[in-house]
Amino acid sequence: MSALLEVHGVSKRFGGLLAVSDVTFSLAEGEILGLIGPNGAGKTTLFNVVNTVYRADGGNITFLGRDITGSSPDKVVHLGLARTHQIVKPLNDLTLLDNVTVGACFGHDYLDLKAARTVALDVLKQVGLGERVNTPARSLTIAGKKRLEVARALAAKPKLLLLDEVLAGLNPTEVAQMIDLVRKIRDSGVSVFMIEHLMQAIMSLSDRIVVLNLGRKLAEGRPEEVVHNPDVVEAYLGFPDIVDKLTRTD
Amino acid sequence: MMILRHPFFYIILLIAAVFIYFPVHGDNVSLREDLILVAVAIILASNLNLMIGYTGYVNFGHIVFYGLGGYVGIYLVSVHNWRLVPAALVAGVAVSLCALLFGLLILRLRGAYFALATIGILQAVQAFVSNFGPWERSTGMYLPMTAYQPLGGATRALWITYYLIIGVMALSMMLSLAIKNSKFGLGLFAIREDEDAAVVLGVNATVYKAIVYSVSAFLPAVAGALMFYKNAMIDPSIAFEFMLSLEGIVMLMLGGQGAVMGAALGAGLYERLRSYLLTSPTLSNFHLVIAGGLLLLVVLFSPGGLIGWFYRLVPSARKVIE
Repeated sequence: MSALLEVHGVSKRFGGLLAVSDVTFSLAEGEILGLIGPNGAGKTTLFNVVNTVYRADGGNITFLGRDITGSSPDKVVHLGLARTHQIVKPLNDLTLLDNVTVGACFGHDYLDLKAARTVALDVLKQVGLGERVNTPARSLTIAGKKRLEVARALAAKPKLLLLDEVLAGLNPTEVAQMIDLVRKIRDSGVSVFMIEHLMQAIMSLSDRIVVLNLGRKLAEGRPEEVVHNPDVVEAYLGFPDIVDKLTRTD
Repeated sequence: MMILRHPFFYIILLIAAVFIYFPVHGDNVSLREDLILVAVAIILASNLNLMIGYTGYVNFGHIVFYGLGGYVGIYLVSVHNWRLVPAALVAGVAVSLCALLFGLLILRLRGAYFALATIGILQAVQAFVSNFGPWERSTGMYLPMTAYQPLGGATRALWITYYLIIGVMALSMMLSLAIKNSKFGLGLFAIREDEDAAVVLGVNATVYKAIVYSVSAFLPAVAGALMFYKNAMIDPSIAFEFMLSLEGIVMLMLGGQGAVMGAALGAGLYERLRSYLLTSPTLSNFHLVIAGGLLLLVVLFSPGGLIGWFYRLVPSARKVIE
């Protein structure tokens, strides 16, 4: 397995706050890598640094062997790195079809309008929004808007998809559908890097998990290793041995 | 060419034909003078629509393109004895390049800050022209009657200018239609809806905004060159009238921003209303009050403007009348 994304010693500072500090990890092709951490750990900031919305204050990011540190988000999409937003950003007055067509038009393949519409219709069907392609994005529920985010990113034909809390705020049925969708995306050959708070989901989806706390990488490894790591448990729950206490059956 | 297959393309041709037919039929000069003002309003509003309606950037200084185009045109015709059409085209190109430069300077700003900067551009250009020797400073420039000779005398020259302006009007609407149905247009709409999201989706917002700002300058500048040629004089206060810039925005909101027909409809109706009120003995200069009232009504009851209201009445019209 070759590394698709390599993040090396990356830091991001906002004034006096070191939001991301010296984080290093890599993501292999075909992998689903989870990113977890308590609120304010710097997960979304790390995403923003990886897809170059923010400029890293230190370190470098390599995607497909190319140094993308200091690039801009629109260029990174052309290389094949697409993302969704935790706080959804639908293009409200445009139809679902137009929303996703934007993704296809300006994505990796830089399609013309006609080809992009065909791709967009396909992707909308794939995420389960195929029934209402001509309604404006503003009319969608939050679950629908999250699907739309995924559809737009997918329409860009990425090699790596960054998913920022696509499960948050969804009901159990919707969560199950979305998990299914993420699996399908990976099976279609797209690597996934995802932030998620829903532990059950991220445990079952991820091949590996990176844990962030206070901007630093706390742990990295297979899901079952990570959740039993005392540092991780402490960061989340405050007591290193709470898992043992809670799971003791006597 | 996709645009030739669009029914609205032929509606534009029809509108232009109506504008030509009625004054020519019966040699009605007063109707021609009324319609030329309507045509200029449509040109300004349509191109302003590219910025406001398509890209979501409010340009308060749009009239600067029209005035500068007029200056470049008059200068080339009167000082360098150029013919009208090449002078107008060069005016268009020169002003577009100028706009590209302004755009790169101020398009980093967003929202209200961008809008304020456009007022700054207007004031700065007006101040510059008022002190610019070759353009006769604040006195302005006058065309000698001989300037009309190459077109066969004043009477004929004015008719030819009229046809050219109607042509520019039709081109403005076609340009709006073509952009609306293009990948470029989709990128602009994405910027209008959410610029950050557009960039993450791959739209190069910086370049797109600079291009559309520059494109929106071209036809107004050509129209400026033609109109001031027709008027045979230009000075800074009439070339860069801030009120006209504001009225362009009113026209868009009245007709419906983002729609090609909305811009044209708003421009046409507002211009006729203004002409009527300006010349009416009892209501003279009352047009701004009426404009304000109208704007309030439209914003409150039909935020999509007249065209939005029409779309609600006849939803299927959306496909034909863009």
